Amino acid sequence: MPDSASPRFAEVLVRVRGLRFSRGTRVIFDGIDLDIPRGRVTAIMGPSGTGKTTLLKLIGGQLRPQAGSVEIGGTAIHALSRSELFELRKGIGMLFQSGALFTGLSVFENVAFPLREHTRLPESLIRTLVLMKLESVGLRGARQLMPSELSGGMARRVALARAIALDPALIMYDEPFTGQDPISMGVLVKLIRLLNDALGMTSIVVSHDVKEAASIADYLYLISGGQVVAHGTPAELERADSDWVDQFMHGLPDGPVPFHYPAPAYADDLLGGAG
Amino acid sequence: MPASKTVEIAVGVFVALGFAALFMLALKVSGISHEGGEGYRVRAHFENVGGLKVRSPVSMAGVRIGRVTAISVDPQRFDALVEMTIERRYDNLPVDTSAKILTSGLLGEQYVGLEAGGADAVLQDGSTLKLTQSALVLENIIGQFLFSKAAEGGGSAAPAKP
Amino acid sequence: MNALAALGRWTLEHVARLGRGSAFLLPLLVGVCAVLLRPRLVIRQLFSVGVLSLPIVLVSGLFVGMVLALQGYNTLVDFGAAESLGTVVALTLVRELGPVVAALLYAGRAGSALTAEIGLMKATEQLSSMEMMAVDPISRVIAPRFLAGFLALPLLAAIFTAVGILGGHLVGVGMLGVDDGAYWSQMQAKVQFGRDILNGVVVKSLVFGLVANWIAVFEGYDAVPTAEGIGRSTTRTVVNTSLAVLGLDFVLTALMFGGV
Ligand SMILES: Nc1ncnc2c1ncn2[C@@H]1O[C@H](COP(=O)(O)OP(=O)(O)OP(=O)(O)O)[C@@H](O)[C@H]1O
Ligand SMILES: [Mg+2]
Repeated sequence: MPDSASPRFAEVLVRVRGLRFSRGTRVIFDGIDLDIPRGRVTAIMGPSGTGKTTLLKLIGGQLRPQAGSVEIGGTAIHALSRSELFELRKGIGMLFQSGALFTGLSVFENVAFPLREHTRLPESLIRTLVLMKLESVGLRGARQLMPSELSGGMARRVALARAIALDPALIMYDEPFTGQDPISMGVLVKLIRLLNDALGMTSIVVSHDVKEAASIADYLYLISGGQVVAHGTPAELERADSDWVDQFMHGLPDGPVPFHYPAPAYADDLLGGAG
Repeated sequence: MPASKTVEIAVGVFVALGFAALFMLALKVSGISHEGGEGYRVRAHFENVGGLKVRSPVSMAGVRIGRVTAISVDPQRFDALVEMTIERRYDNLPVDTSAKILTSGLLGEQYVGLEAGGADAVLQDGSTLKLTQSALVLENIIGQFLFSKAAEGGGSAAPAKP
Repeated sequence: MNALAALGRWTLEHVARLGRGSAFLLPLLVGVCAVLLRPRLVIRQLFSVGVLSLPIVLVSGLFVGMVLALQGYNTLVDFGAAESLGTVVALTLVRELGPVVAALLYAGRAGSALTAEIGLMKATEQLSSMEMMAVDPISRVIAPRFLAGFLALPLLAAIFTAVGILGGHLVGVGMLGVDDGAYWSQMQAKVQFGRDILNGVVVKSLVFGLVANWIAVFEGYDAVPTAEGIGRSTTRTVVNTSLAVLGLDFVLTALMFGGV
């Protein structure tokens, strides 16, 4: 399938081939292929628990696949040494699903962290950059707060500001919209789009939010059951004649998409008692 | 966590306190300042030094004025040669000063007690004290005591059953 | 059969943890070298492991010294050797109680906090996100804590010992009527700087500091990233550190002061 997809991108930044990954006996990915086009916003969607977060960690080199390869800009990242991998990661930003703010540092210091670690900028410039990033997520006024004093949605926006602090070439957002009110959601959608278009970043957005993802993304991948189920532009998927895609894109409760974690039949489970 | 200035000051105080404590241990507890160097050395021969050790105090009239720096056996005379360092400020001790090995308390530690004589000449670095009295060794005293008691009784008294 | 299996599992688990702990030492030491270039990171941590441990060390040191003087006096006075009180208090503290009790207090006060903090950072993905930012969490987060703890413990032990000796003075001279001059001069006659203070307070607590902080940061880094897992790791830090300190103390005492 991706081979039919690849030609339509002028340039592919992240190329995933034959990726196989399992946790214990549970197979999460069973040989998937993906292409992430450079300079575009690609959304990855799928039911909860299919492994979207896992996929981002595989792309970031934090997890090692059992088979297959991940290439970023032509380098196979799982063949890199630790220091080479770190060098590569300086150009990658990632917004963790949990935010993962440093609880010992203030909002300001959290956003300043990557700048302090990787640049030798003077303090005044760091301050300017941090305030710019915080302003773009609407939290310039919250810079003195500690992470424990933030709401869930605010923490996520601070984490976003931190992820874009170094203006990375590739940025991965793990569910940036959860916990946001409609206004800040709108702001974030615009921000992601703007960063992408103005700075030429490549963005990967993991989201459940079909409407937002469809509005923001240039290209969509739907994954489920360890496979890429469908991919295409939002318009293409909208009119796809697959039951699966139709159900997922329109949020229908009944259909082929498994809502449940794999389990024995409900009635057997209730009556059987064992296990 | 408090502001970084406060943190720095607190850490500074902590480190200073730690070193002050080490300093106190060195000076006040181990008395390292009394060691070596800043005194002059005198020697004395004793028949028996008993429990005297290197670093035992040397005192005069109950005041500590130095410490023992070396104890060895004199290879010619086969008696003990004790070298002590006396603090520089006590540099006017007469040459006929005598040395005794004394015990503080009944079972306390042993020390060298000096008693000034009447001569005009004073002790120099490397002088040897002529008049000395050895340590009282408890076993010897008890032995002597029993012996004299036995002699008094004409050897007739049987030793008590243990 | 089940009991045997449980024993086997227990053994394997512990051997595996020992292996991971040993393997952890290398990157840790590399991280410590990197941290030497950024002393500011260590200062922050010196505050949390050193300054914050100070109250408990001061209070405990004082009471331990006071109790030693009381007990020592009651024994010595029967032999007419109450003047030796200073020697007894100082030697006990300098050679054994100072470094050992300071290390045990440290494990409870600072070691457990280190484990919990690092474990929580792991559970909340702070360490992973740092890795994704191309920053090595061992040299940025763990090494400064380790180094600060390693430096703090000898200082805490020295403070504990000094305060203990002062506490002994308070009771012995202030309350029981031992002569002030005798308290210090007898102490100075018997306590040697090299043999007692360097060996006891300094060398012992450097060894204890290495072990206590190594255990604390390793247990945090190796914690199962759940509330329960962190709780278990914290307990393990205190228990293992206490056992290691007491065991090593015996070995060190035998090596330094002989007798075995
Ligand atoms: N540390 C782990 N150990 C074992 N299994 C794990 C671990 N992390 C995730 N899994 C399993 O891997 C699967 C994929 O998890 P992942 O977090 O990637 O899902 P996701 O697609 O991001 O879901 P969501 O949309 O809810 O965030 C899940 O079924 C989960 O049970
Ligand atoms: Mg997820």
